[in-house]
Amino acid sequence: MRSIAMVLAGVALVTASCGRVPGTGATIETDYAKSLRVGLAYDIGGRGDQSFNDAAADGLDEVRRSLGLLQIKEFEAQPGEPLSSKQQRLQTLAENGYSPVIAVGYAYSDAVRTVAPRYPHTKFAIIDDRAASGPNVANLLFAEEQGSFLVGAAAAMKSKTGDVGFVGGVQSPLIKKFEAGYRQGVKYMNPKAKVRVAYLTRPPDLTGFDNPAKARQAAKAMYDGGADVVYQAAGASGAGVFQAAKDAGRWAIGVDSDQAKTADPAVRDLILTSMIKRVDVAVYDYIAALMDGTVASGPSVYDLKLGGVDYSSTGGHIKDIQPKLEQLKQEIIIGKIKVSPG
Amino acid sequence: MSSFLDRLTGRVRLGGWLAVAAPVIAILFAVLITSAVLLVAGNDPVEAFRTLADYGSQPPTMALILNTSVGYYISALAVAVGFRMNLFNIGVDGQYRLAAVVAAGLGGAAVLPGVLNIVLTIVCAVVVGALWAAIAGVLKVTRGVSEVISTIMLNAIATGVGSWLVSNYFGVLNGNDLATRPIPDDAHVPGIPLVAGAPQPVNGFIVLAVILGAAYYVLLNRTRFGFDLRATGQSETAAVASGVNVRRMVVATMVISGAVAGLSGMPELLGASFKYSNNFPTGLGFTGIAIALLGRNNPVGMAVGALLWAFLDTSSDALQLLNISKEIVQIMQGVIVLSVIVAYELVHRYRIVAEQRRVSRELAAPAEPEGAAA
Repeated sequence: MRSIAMVLAGVALVTASCGRVPGTGATIETDYAKSLRVGLAYDIGGRGDQSFNDAAADGLDEVRRSLGLLQIKEFEAQPGEPLSSKQQRLQTLAENGYSPVIAVGYAYSDAVRTVAPRYPHTKFAIIDDRAASGPNVANLLFAEEQGSFLVGAAAAMKSKTGDVGFVGGVQSPLIKKFEAGYRQGVKYMNPKAKVRVAYLTRPPDLTGFDNPAKARQAAKAMYDGGADVVYQAAGASGAGVFQAAKDAGRWAIGVDSDQAKTADPAVRDLILTSMIKRVDVAVYDYIAALMDGTVASGPSVYDLKLGGVDYSSTGGHIKDIQPKLEQLKQEIIIGKIKVSPG
Repeated sequence: MSSFLDRLTGRVRLGGWLAVAAPVIAILFAVLITSAVLLVAGNDPVEAFRTLADYGSQPPTMALILNTSVGYYISALAVAVGFRMNLFNIGVDGQYRLAAVVAAGLGGAAVLPGVLNIVLTIVCAVVVGALWAAIAGVLKVTRGVSEVISTIMLNAIATGVGSWLVSNYFGVLNGNDLATRPIPDDAHVPGIPLVAGAPQPVNGFIVLAVILGAAYYVLLNRTRFGFDLRATGQSETAAVASGVNVRRMVVATMVISGAVAGLSGMPELLGASFKYSNNFPTGLGFTGIAIALLGRNNPVGMAVGALLWAFLDTSSDALQLLNISKEIVQIMQGVIVLSVIVAYELVHRYRIVAEQRRVSRELAAPAEPEGAAA
């Protein structure tokens, strides 16, 4: 679990930088907040997946806690379900008066595209997808490459061998953004560094997100070959990378949430830092904007500036390089360093 | 005497009131166990079943159930063809997925206009499914490889081949989703507004499903091929003695099973999503196995099974509205399949014991006058 203070800090940063809600929403009409019915459609795994879905749930919980939102309904997907089930799920929420309806993950892209026009008065939001669009659809996107750039820079600074690795779960466009940012971060700090890259599976085979044994092998090969920091963007497979790091006694970098807090306690010490993707911030910000009537349809990219992505410092392993990372972060925010998504 | 397998796959029929008793016992048994699970989980079973009934009787849900069951039913038919011959085609899953990938690639390329494109796509799926299944059939007759093992392995290979085809040849990037090129509008199979009051029409492939069900019945019960198939399933040695070419039958049955399997992905491809992506439904082949067992390979029984399965699958949202964990659906499905197997087996055993009693009574009865005469 990440600390509430951090969430609040992130939220304050978002709201302050947008100039929207002063403070944490105390000025919002409470009656309106209470009448708002929020529906959330999760991808497979739902609440408790310790990753993507949980991050969205955190945002929702934070809204409920700080804004006093009462009516929340959450639905989970079934593994391997057809498109019609996803459509039905969104439709059931819209039909029952839930607005906004937030779809967690790009798996809902086609479903949002077909259902949103049928309910023009319902607000829809979809996370990680740009393709579904409409006057009542908001796309909540993340600049994963910016966060990955920072952990890449950290890897390059911490590496003694000048040899680092990246393990991606599935070679999908989304995960390639992580790799691209990481590579740029490493090369920015050490142009001569070697970046080893391995993907566990290729789409449409998504098992790479759920195969720790395969991830462990891939990471072991990197450590055996001389890499001393490996960054993983591999969902539940990431545990295998951490295990390999423990076996080799080298560094690993976590992803999505602050994994030095959520991973198996036995491997937490080896997690140098994590690239955090603040799905919670996006969800919170979206609902807050909806409440004060400033919500916009179309894409909003949650980047370093909006606190949508970040790196973690749990464990204090990066204390020595943190000033440099902060400097890089500022340079990205002001646009001095440009990070390409691929 | 029949074996457990014969009884399991419906090759031995129950007569009279026993035919009614078995499913009734199965349903009671399933309701009982599910209620117990709900109680343990702290939910009210009465409320849960009432919600399910309410949910299932609404027009939009009915349309959704029909749509979901079409693919399930076709997949079950594919499995059942093999079951009737003691061929366990576990590979329906790989067959329909590979067929869908190739058909989606071809359909998306739109080499032919309109209806011709639909026909071409369907034929392509049938051929790919049949060929993929034929590999297992040929391996079995030439090398004696168990089709259970080979089809499971072929499932894994189909996944790999499918990924390779999508990422290297058919795939186009749309946002974060890598999918085949969408099949053009003129080649979409139109829906049928079967359910009044539902916003969505029923998948047009429901017609094909009904035709396939009838064809399955006719093929098995009214043709020479069907007789040979059932004979081979009952007793291979007897079939050989009566002149059946068992090797030819194995390959032919696998090909038919695979061809039907290829069709089971088409309702989704040509009637709903129009492309093959990461979101294409998986596990249809395994659902088909469960439904074939549930329906005891009977075309009507499997239709009921497919509707029941689809109803349970789609009701996970309704249960979640009640804050009941959606996993209860999987528990229900598993319990129902087990209940059906157990109930039928119990009834069969009851029938066998009753038969034995009757025979021994009849044998014992005439012995008395003889004893009296002595």
